[in-house]
Amino acid sequence: MSGGFGLPRAISVDNVSKGFGDGAVLDRIDLEIEPGELLALLGPSGSGKTTLLRLLAGLETPDAGVVRFDGEDAAQYTVQQRRVGFVFQSYALFRHMSVFDNIAYGLTVRPRRERPSRELIADRVAELLAMMQLGGFERRHPHELSGGQRQRVALARALAIEPRVLLLDEPFGALDAKVRKDLRKWLRDIHDRTGLTTVFVTHDQDEAMDIADRVAILNHGRIEQIGRPEDVRAAPATAFVREFLE
Amino acid sequence: MSDLALTRRAAKVADEAPLAKAAAIAAALAFLSLFFLAPLAVVIAQASAKGFSAYWQALAEPDARAAIALTLTIAAVVVPLNAGFGLAAAWAIAKFQFAGKNLAVTLIDLPFSVSPVVSGLVFVLLFGAQGWFGGFLAAHHVKIIFAVPGIALATLFVTFPFVARELIALMQQQGTAEEEAALTLGAGGLKTFLSVTLPNAKWALLTGVLLCNARAMGEFGAVSVVSGHIRGATNTIPLQVEILYNEYSIAAAFALASLLALLALVTLVVKLAVEARAAR
Repeated sequence: MSGGFGLPRAISVDNVSKGFGDGAVLDRIDLEIEPGELLALLGPSGSGKTTLLRLLAGLETPDAGVVRFDGEDAAQYTVQQRRVGFVFQSYALFRHMSVFDNIAYGLTVRPRRERPSRELIADRVAELLAMMQLGGFERRHPHELSGGQRQRVALARALAIEPRVLLLDEPFGALDAKVRKDLRKWLRDIHDRTGLTTVFVTHDQDEAMDIADRVAILNHGRIEQIGRPEDVRAAPATAFVREFLE
Repeated sequence: MSDLALTRRAAKVADEAPLAKAAAIAAALAFLSLFFLAPLAVVIAQASAKGFSAYWQALAEPDARAAIALTLTIAAVVVPLNAGFGLAAAWAIAKFQFAGKNLAVTLIDLPFSVSPVVSGLVFVLLFGAQGWFGGFLAAHHVKIIFAVPGIALATLFVTFPFVARELIALMQQQGTAEEEAALTLGAGGLKTFLSVTLPNAKWALLTGVLLCNARAMGEFGAVSVVSGHIRGATNTIPLQVEILYNEYSIAAAFALASLLALLALVTLVVKLAVEARAAR
């Protein structure tokens, strides 16, 4: 699985604001994400963390400010061109496709010139299935899988396109507590093996503190504090952070 | 605590006295037989009152054959168009945010809330000899009212909501996450629509098409206003049934009507099959 992903990318968010209708969801956000870093966006619901993640993916456009990948303005690239691996909160697996077709999707929709051969696609899918411990599941459909299995298919599908960054929205949100704990280590492991710059959104501070290199804590569309888990825990910057971590 | 209360209440509803349950089921069945099965039986009995050869003769009669052909033509024109329009409207409404969306949803339901007679009259007022475009059409020798195009237009209008409504409900419930996933994986807009949106909605689309077809073949009011009732030319099956009935050709009227009843049965059976398939 090594190779294929290239050098990890740096993401920078510069003075980005976003509003929907009446209120501001993101209010002048600045954020530097290091190449190869595993960053958690942590905050209560409505803090704007998912919107920030969707902005990075190109699923939303900022009202003001700039998102950069390796110093390049991301606005010039469409969501398709950004090549982000995005794992949705409820996985958003294609319900009418088999596990195989779900994972192969990003390769099969490429224009003919860039599309890998049938054999190459099959090899790639087999490799990802093995990595996700999903061997033998390729003919199943999403509704025949458990939550944890769906989650792994979603991640395999996102990795199949050899993304430049990996973005996950509440990756463990829909799973029960026991499975969540097991999958934490596993996400950290995937991150370490792929070396991808990875950003995940969570409202669970244990989850964020447990596996992230750094944690950004959001509240009302602003970043209250960003730092390594132990530093944030040792020295909360604001009253909100102190209360939220309690 | 509240969970327990809920369970208890649910149990109570399910544990209704067996007698009350039986009475409710009997009432529902009695209603169904009286209002749905009895008319069907009457249609079949009346149609075959004079024997099979008379039944066959009634259907083979030239005016009846013309009515059957016209009805099939109208359905063949209207159903594909409304499948396309309904799909486009549902896609726009369910997957995108735009100003005036609520108005669009209300407008889609308009043909259901307006009397079909009024729907037909609208087209007479637009395209009839005295209508807005009447002079223009007459000058160019285009006949819409009292001709096949008028019947197609009126049917198109009346049956527009079927496909759109089936699809909007389903597409809204499915949300846009799968489409967004396709976009992040590199698929373009058209590819996303064809490979994700359409397959996810295909069973609802089929159900909508079935209902649209049944109504397109069975529509009476709107078609009656614009048709002109020219025998062998602008009479659809429902209009021909009325004419025969008014002429006291009861057996012939019911023979033709039995075709529509058969269509209804086939539609229901296929719809059930589609829904069973979709539920898997």
